[in-house]
Amino acid sequence: MAKITYITHDNQNHTIEVQNGLSVMEGAVQNDIPGIDADCGGGMACATCHVYVNDEWFDKLPAKEEGEEDMLDMAFEPKKNSRLSCQIIVSDELDGLTVDIPLKQG
Amino acid sequence: MKMNKTDALIIGAGPTGLFTAHQLKLIGLDCEIVDNLDKIGGQCIELYPDKPIYDIPAVPECTGEELTNNLINQIKPFNIKFHLKERVDEVKKEGDNWIVKTNNGTIFSTPNVIIAGGVGSFEPRKFSVKECEKFENKSVLYSIKDKSIFKDKTVTIFGGGDSALDWALELSKNSKVNLVHRRDDFRGAQATVDKVHELAKAKKIDLYTKYQMNAIKGEGQLESIDIKNDDKETKTLKTDYALGFFGLIMQLGPIANWGLNIDKKTIEVDTEKFETNQKGIYAVGDICSYPGKLKLILSGFHEGALAARACFKLARPNEKYRFEFTTSSKTIKNRLGVKSD
Repeated sequence: MAKITYITHDNQNHTIEVQNGLSVMEGAVQNDIPGIDADCGGGMACATCHVYVNDEWFDKLPAKEEGEEDMLDMAFEPKKNSRLSCQIIVSDELDGLTVDIPLKQG
Repeated sequence: MKMNKTDALIIGAGPTGLFTAHQLKLIGLDCEIVDNLDKIGGQCIELYPDKPIYDIPAVPECTGEELTNNLINQIKPFNIKFHLKERVDEVKKEGDNWIVKTNNGTIFSTPNVIIAGGVGSFEPRKFSVKECEKFENKSVLYSIKDKSIFKDKTVTIFGGGDSALDWALELSKNSKVNLVHRRDDFRGAQATVDKVHELAKAKKIDLYTKYQMNAIKGEGQLESIDIKNDDKETKTLKTDYALGFFGLIMQLGPIANWGLNIDKKTIEVDTEKFETNQKGIYAVGDICSYPGKLKLILSGFHEGALAARACFKLARPNEKYRFEFTTSSKTIKNRLGVKSD
């Protein structure tokens, strides 16, 4: 279990407990957090679960796999700290993770 | 205007739409398929043509492209009419039939509309800078219909995939080309990437990596674009055109206006006919929702098979549908064009 905080673009904080093994994307979708579309359902094929991870956490996360950076080319306003939330798998170590959701996904 | 009459119109040529067509033809109904993409296959062909799929029953492993080709082969005996690069804009009831209109002006009259639309229609992803809308289809473009308009002009291309790179190479022959990409790595084919670097070295292409569009300027006509990098450095590029190649995104689009019960971009259906709240309109595959819905290709096949049987009632109100097996039915074998034993 990890407490994950999703900050939507209108600055609303949503903190929820997400089960280990789920992705940060699934945590958002299952809890109706707005702003994560996840059109492809977690297949790293659409770039519509794009989030920004703050610097402190960004370096702690397992590195991006091949293909994630390619998909991020297509995301809406990608930045240095962009990730696809379907590729971040929740574990106890991620307790306290905070991600910002962009204005839109495309 | 010519009216296309058919027993069922399928919206979406992904795996579910294709197999639904197969099921309709097998039970003796005709159908036509409309899809906004320029090719058959839906998400399988657009999002993951090379990625292996492992959960198609009896197919241990196949790629999105292989699955699509197999489905196309399976419906070959039926000669189904496809209307590609057309998006259904309007669905209206007229008497017992639905009148369906596409953005191309094609009109259908049918008792059955089957929506197999995935997450909606694929549309180009656009620039995030809002002012780009003012120039869209004039000097801000997301696809190229006529490359001659760029002759002797300055064109600024954004993107790092094959479309962006191919067009940068092509247009550099007769135009001044700026190529802007958010990072140093390109995801296009290596040979193309090498060629782009070669031309950049020879100053035939101006390459700006780690930059993204920040602003667009011009009164009536596009004059310049500001690009910005991660270190907040800004550059102004004078340009006549801006081209964005960021791939496609799925938008629910006009489906939202057809009077259907929609929740979270999916359409509510029953699990007997996969019919929506509108009689004669069905939804199958990823776009439908019901308790227990699994977004798997195999679920789409099941949903399409049942929706096809439901279509029979409205298309042949005076006939009774008879269940038959493909292994034994002479009628079905005739439809498939195979010999009966």
